[in-house]
Amino acid sequence: MIRKEMIAMLLAGGQGSRLGVLTSNVAKPAVAFGGKYRIIDFPLSNCVNSGIDTVGVLTQYQPLRLNTHIGIGIPWDLDRNNGGVTVLPPYEKSDNSEWYTGTANAIYQNLNYIDSYHPEYVLILSGDHIYKMNYEVMLDFHKENNADVTIAAMPVPWEEASRFGLVITDENKQITEFEEKPANPRSNLASMGIYIFNWSVLREALVTMSEQSNCDFGKHIIPYCRENGRRLFAYEYNGYWKDVGTLGSYWEANMELIDLIPEFNLYEEYWKIYTKSEIIEPQFIAEDAVTERCIIGEGSEIYGKVYGSVIGAGVVIGKGTVVRDSIIMQDTVIGDNVTITKAIVAENVTIGNNVELGVGEEAENKLNKSVYSFGLVTIGENSVIPSGVKIGKNTAISGKTDKEDYPDGLLAGGESIIKAGDRV
Amino acid sequence: MKALGIILAGGNNSKMQELSNKRAIAAMPVGGSFRCIDFALSNMSNSHIQKVAVLTQYNARSLNEHLSSSKWWDFGRKQGGLYVFNPTVTSDNAWWYRGTADAMYRNITFLKQSHEPYVIIAAGDCVYKMDYNKLLEYHIEKKADITIVCKDMPVGEDVSRFGVVRMNEDSRIVEFEEKPMVAQSNTISAGIYVLRRRQLIEMLERCAEENRYDFVTDILIRYKNMKRIFGYKLETYWNNISTVESYYKTNMDFLRPEIRRYFRDEPRIYSKVDDLPPAKYNVGSEVRNSLVSSGCIINSKVENSILFKKAFVGKNCVIKNSIILNDVYIGDNTHIENCIVESRDTLRANTYFSGGDGIKVVYEHNERYVI
Repeated sequence: MIRKEMIAMLLAGGQGSRLGVLTSNVAKPAVAFGGKYRIIDFPLSNCVNSGIDTVGVLTQYQPLRLNTHIGIGIPWDLDRNNGGVTVLPPYEKSDNSEWYTGTANAIYQNLNYIDSYHPEYVLILSGDHIYKMNYEVMLDFHKENNADVTIAAMPVPWEEASRFGLVITDENKQITEFEEKPANPRSNLASMGIYIFNWSVLREALVTMSEQSNCDFGKHIIPYCRENGRRLFAYEYNGYWKDVGTLGSYWEANMELIDLIPEFNLYEEYWKIYTKSEIIEPQFIAEDAVTERCIIGEGSEIYGKVYGSVIGAGVVIGKGTVVRDSIIMQDTVIGDNVTITKAIVAENVTIGNNVELGVGEEAENKLNKSVYSFGLVTIGENSVIPSGVKIGKNTAISGKTDKEDYPDGLLAGGESIIKAGDRV
Repeated sequence: MKALGIILAGGNNSKMQELSNKRAIAAMPVGGSFRCIDFALSNMSNSHIQKVAVLTQYNARSLNEHLSSSKWWDFGRKQGGLYVFNPTVTSDNAWWYRGTADAMYRNITFLKQSHEPYVIIAAGDCVYKMDYNKLLEYHIEKKADITIVCKDMPVGEDVSRFGVVRMNEDSRIVEFEEKPMVAQSNTISAGIYVLRRRQLIEMLERCAEENRYDFVTDILIRYKNMKRIFGYKLETYWNNISTVESYYKTNMDFLRPEIRRYFRDEPRIYSKVDDLPPAKYNVGSEVRNSLVSSGCIINSKVENSILFKKAFVGKNCVIKNSIILNDVYIGDNTHIENCIVESRDTLRANTYFSGGDGIKVVYEHNERYVI
């Protein structure tokens, strides 16, 4: 009988709608990060570095990119005879076929997968955070406390605590209470959405709560465990952890990688982050190019000037072009004499010559002001930007655009062009 | 499949100077992210040759490490696979491989137990892209016994380190001289051959009986007038690494956009993946006309150079016309010009290295103290 001490379930089905056009075709965990990675690489690498060799990845929203990225798990050494990575999409049942309606519901629908490994513990992860964490240490903490549930929690500044779901603990780190975004926080330990459960405890809770609609860990399973007298503990984590849920925080987290000694250091020898890299060739920096304070992925060709930016693999930046404080993702081609300031340009975008991105004053975005703000220009994957146009701040573009889409050659600040179903 | 592959990767060359102290030529890093043998291996894989034997002998540690898994080149399947044959002592043989023919003869069981009708033999020290199926078609069409891939070198280039051939108008090879003092032509053998498997077994057994060990002199040259040996001209990029100069030149070729594009296009060249972070350019970095591989961190001036993986370049350095191999740490204020810096080396701050008019191989044996 196959027996694993702990297996991980990675929730990767969310859209991440606050990332706007970046996630219109891909699930949030598959969005590129840090020049060559995708967000899901961080929890997956944490798993293998922590000695977890069995990971179920739950997918639902736009899973194609995620599926091709994970494949059979070769980059993470998760192509195993016994265990390894398994992608778990929702499936049809003889009765009551449904999508994954909540985080806990998704796990409930895969009881058989977990049972087949007879684990003692199950680690629940979400696929949209940037951090390095040793889950083995968390498991040791869980065992030491003889806990039923351990929740990873991070101290946040007191003034910001009211934005988080907080845990209140006694002096032994046992959780006594939960507070969801309280006006007057009594604790500054924020839940990170990382849980270790004794499988028997979680299984019982999932089965009992199976009729609960939109069954969610934070809203239903954890409260259920507490009400039933289970031992809940908070594991305090003090390293770097970043939720890249909004375009602003996503941009910031990327920019932090450029610092001379970044707080989140990818260059450390131990705790490598693994990813699938299709391009392995070195990058070429041409005669008149400038590359200062930036990171650049494999196989890119830089003919222009790059300052303070994160450039993905296989990107071409033309002559006379200046890229500042921007994120340019994989395989994007930028023409000559283009100026790009504070933009997020997704994968496989084509930008013509003499284009200006990020001009003028900031204006509120008319399509969705809460998503497209921070003064950023956001361009979705496979988009085309014609030569000679100017694009203002807080704008979004998705799809193949041509000159007619830009009145007087300008997309003013706060405007958007979304051309659905027009992708090449 | 119609053919199996043999890659000869056992060779050493004293003209590689200190560079060959660490590894066989087939394991030399090339073009920023490859090893020399990746080209032959990827060509095999892209030509759908599924069963490949690599024959190693000279300092195979680095090569064995590189080949520790066959999945990067898409080998390692139920049908076929990647076999690495180091010399072994057997009840009737206690020698090392005494030559290329001997190396194959000592693995004749592998040849006999295979069922593929043809064998492609390729050297592991060449940088090129080739569809071996086209070669095989040509071989069959010519009704040849052996077909040798040939390359026309530019007129005036010194070809004395190659096997030089002359073909007649039907492309049959009429002359073959190994490393001649005075060459009769500028067409050379590219070290890639195709022949029938049974033919090869027969020839190798006969060689062994007569105590002959070299594939070129004892088979190609000796059988030249008896067997139908044809030449197949390779018109695309091909370079052989056997001297420091040819190694330097082959690498510097990758600074040319058309060469980079050629190797980057499909079918691609595969290599072992190293999982290094993207290259990082800090304040003070001034990089021009250079190739930079993943994992590098740059703080100063780099010009017309190739940085292999994981190079660290300190502040106020000048690196010019040089090749920095994998995992090199370069301290502040260091000047490097016309050099090849050996892998895993540590260069102290405030040092000066110059190859003058030639190319200098730099290998300091410093300890590295890095936090």
